[in-house]
Amino acid sequence: MPLPRLIPCLDVAAGRVVKGVRFQRLRDVGDPVELGAAYSDAGADELVFLDISATVDARRAAVDVAARVAERVTIPFTFGGGIRSVADAAAVLEAGADKIGVNSAALQRPELIEELARTLGSQAVVVAIDTEGGHVRSHAATRDAARDTVEWAKECEQRGAGELLVTSIDRDGTQGGYDLEQLALLRDAVSLPVIASGGAGNARHVAAALAVSEAALLASILHENPARLVTLREELRGMGVNLRDAA
Amino acid sequence: MPTVAICRYGAGNVRSVELALQRLGAELVDDVEGADLAILPGVGSARSAMDGLRERGTDEVLRDRHARGRHVLGICLGLQLALDESEEDGGVAGLGLVPGRAVRLRAGRIPRIGWAVVEPGDQAYWFAHSYAAETQATVATSEGVAAVVESGSFVGVQFHPEKSGAAGARFLERCLSRV
Repeated sequence: MPLPRLIPCLDVAAGRVVKGVRFQRLRDVGDPVELGAAYSDAGADELVFLDISATVDARRAAVDVAARVAERVTIPFTFGGGIRSVADAAAVLEAGADKIGVNSAALQRPELIEELARTLGSQAVVVAIDTEGGHVRSHAATRDAARDTVEWAKECEQRGAGELLVTSIDRDGTQGGYDLEQLALLRDAVSLPVIASGGAGNARHVAAALAVSEAALLASILHENPARLVTLREELRGMGVNLRDAA
Repeated sequence: MPTVAICRYGAGNVRSVELALQRLGAELVDDVEGADLAILPGVGSARSAMDGLRERGTDEVLRDRHARGRHVLGICLGLQLALDESEEDGGVAGLGLVPGRAVRLRAGRIPRIGWAVVEPGDQAYWFAHSYAAETQATVATSEGVAAVVESGSFVGVQFHPEKSGAAGARFLERCLSRV
């Protein structure tokens, strides 16, 4: 298996990194290129940019952000948010992103996963699943998608997804630890790489997530502070987690 | 600095490769036939990629370059396309620059995505693939998977040097210094 991955997640709106609690009360905390480059220098294995405004204007802004990130950052990055078609996805990849993330659009029209995989390759298609109590939620987790999480994960794999980014909504932002039970169920149900998200509060939580999944998404634990990634990596190494030597 | 032409055939992370080479000071040109180094990038499926190469006549240009001992670097799918064939999409004939075939990965999580160490050596590079080369021309491996293959003036890498941070930049620098 490739090395376990740490993936800082940057929420983006109108071309800026923003911070808010469950998509509310957003405030500007910086430039996505500067923060992305700083995380890369701090030893991030990948980056995820999530456009949380997801309007038509936002999609255009996303292509611009992807292009600017690609110029500065030499590690892989994923762009998610507002991607509803192969054309949307191709524009982001052509700008230099490595993968695209889809969530609600795939729930509304699951064939989208097949179209994306056929055109761009499975390795570029990340399906983000927001889950709570074993059920999928959609539209920034505001709606019940009326699907079982494990069944939806299997369907995503069958349709050609390359990775699953699984966010436990009830854990997200709590810093109380990842939903390890849900992650273990998914690990056994699919053979795709799984990225764990939601709940990281300390290095022990991250190490536990990396024992049942291939990667850990890091959001509020980092507080938009690349120096925290450096110390987190040191703590994880101390626990015996075999992280990449980024030198 | 050597001139480098990146094959454009509708299947590749061309922008990232272009940026990585620009950072190293390479002179990018369009002439795949005449450049000091031709790069065959590639993501996506083998069949549509081969169709794209054939439609543009790039398959013949690359075979001709290889026959003349001119350097070609294949990246990811670009490595797999250089083989005799791929078992992807029900079987696809490749360029035949390197004896061997691309086969579906059998072990581990698929796609195989992430950083993995390439041996000999201790550097990790970025991989994202579901198929890998089976060839006698393998000169470096990663967890038992062909990571670097060499056949005459062709070098192929299964990983993405353009996305492999400092280690990837050093790899590309060595490629440029060889041509």
